[in-house]
Amino acid sequence: MSSEKRILDLCVDAGETLLANGAEIYRVQQTMELIAKSYGADSFHAYVLTNGLFASMEEDGRLQSAAVRNAPRVEMNLGRISAVNALSREIVAGRVPLEQAFERLRTIRAMQGMPGWMMVLASMLSASTFCYLFGGSFTDAFAALVPGCAVGLFTRLLSRTKTPVNKLVSNMLSASVVALTSFAAVQIWNLTGTACSLDHVIIGGIIPLLPGVALTNGIRDVANSDYLSGMIRAIDALLIGAGIALGVGVVLKGLALIPGVVL
Amino acid sequence: MIGELAIQLVMAFLTTLGFAVLVNAPPKEFVFAGIVGAVGWGGYWLCIQAGLSAAVASFAGALVLAYLSRVFSVVRRCPATVYLISGIFAMVPGAGIYYTVYYLIMDNAAMSAEQGVETIKVAVAIAVGIVLVLALPGGMFQIFSRRKSKGEK
Repeated sequence: MSSEKRILDLCVDAGETLLANGAEIYRVQQTMELIAKSYGADSFHAYVLTNGLFASMEEDGRLQSAAVRNAPRVEMNLGRISAVNALSREIVAGRVPLEQAFERLRTIRAMQGMPGWMMVLASMLSASTFCYLFGGSFTDAFAALVPGCAVGLFTRLLSRTKTPVNKLVSNMLSASVVALTSFAAVQIWNLTGTACSLDHVIIGGIIPLLPGVALTNGIRDVANSDYLSGMIRAIDALLIGAGIALGVGVVLKGLALIPGVVL
Repeated sequence: MIGELAIQLVMAFLTTLGFAVLVNAPPKEFVFAGIVGAVGWGGYWLCIQAGLSAAVASFAGALVLAYLSRVFSVVRRCPATVYLISGIFAMVPGAGIYYTVYYLIMDNAAMSAEQGVETIKVAVAIAVGIVLVLALPGGMFQIFSRRKSKGEK
């Protein structure tokens, strides 16, 4: 009986790890069911949402144990998702004893993300190259390195704060940092007499913040009949988008008030 | 045209590479994610150049991208999501969401509505493209895995 509880714990832990790192709903559900089945628990039921999961296990028609987890998404980590995926494949193949699986899952959860400086470099790279893909010139792409770097540093800084900042507020702040640094970069280019489009530079700068993937995944969830999860993701995407647009909008309106500034 | 395509492919490769780092993809897969992203974007860009609408181009790009993700997922033994999420990044209508709300704030309701509809069209097109390819039976991709294991021996 206690082993049944352990199986449920393992399933829920694995599911929570997947969910918190940004996996799709059907993958979480499927992985949990596969693990439960491999350890011989036949009546395992799970219901998964974008931000939480419910699971229960029965034996002889009686409820043995149940679990509820709240899983707010922290940061997307595809490395952890693929590690849990590999683990679940090995469990299905019958190569991992239950206690060892707990051990493996613990190491996966402790896996470190990329170092901060690399994140900043990556955000500069994405900002600059996306600015070009979105129709900016090479000059714009070069200028977009500046807001890309600023937003990379700023989001690192925000994630270090002791009490987590409200998501809407943190996106507004990051976006206004982008708008300010973009404006500065464009002004410097203009001083040297080179034309540079502020609009393109800003789009490049905010690209690491934009929730395009969240929106697309939301629609994928809906297409997989996970309607509620899809709605949660779509609303999340809209809220993030609103935060970013507000941040940029406020800064641009403010800058337009300064005499002598032409946007 | 060929020269511009080459630049677009390189830029899309770099964007995807950057994003693969931002979503903490496994470092071994960075380059492959980059290739998937570049090829997907290449498909999208060629469709745009051919005069197709953004939604149709995104659909075509998503089909190519999702197919290649599944091929790599079999060859590299890694979930397709890793390539898919990193690679789709350049095509996904993130900027559309931003412009929708931005024009709303700037009191331009007509542009906001236009951007909003366009964003939803593109997002649905991409999602349908992905879902279609993910629904293909796994057996169709097994040939790639056999070819690889023969090469290893």
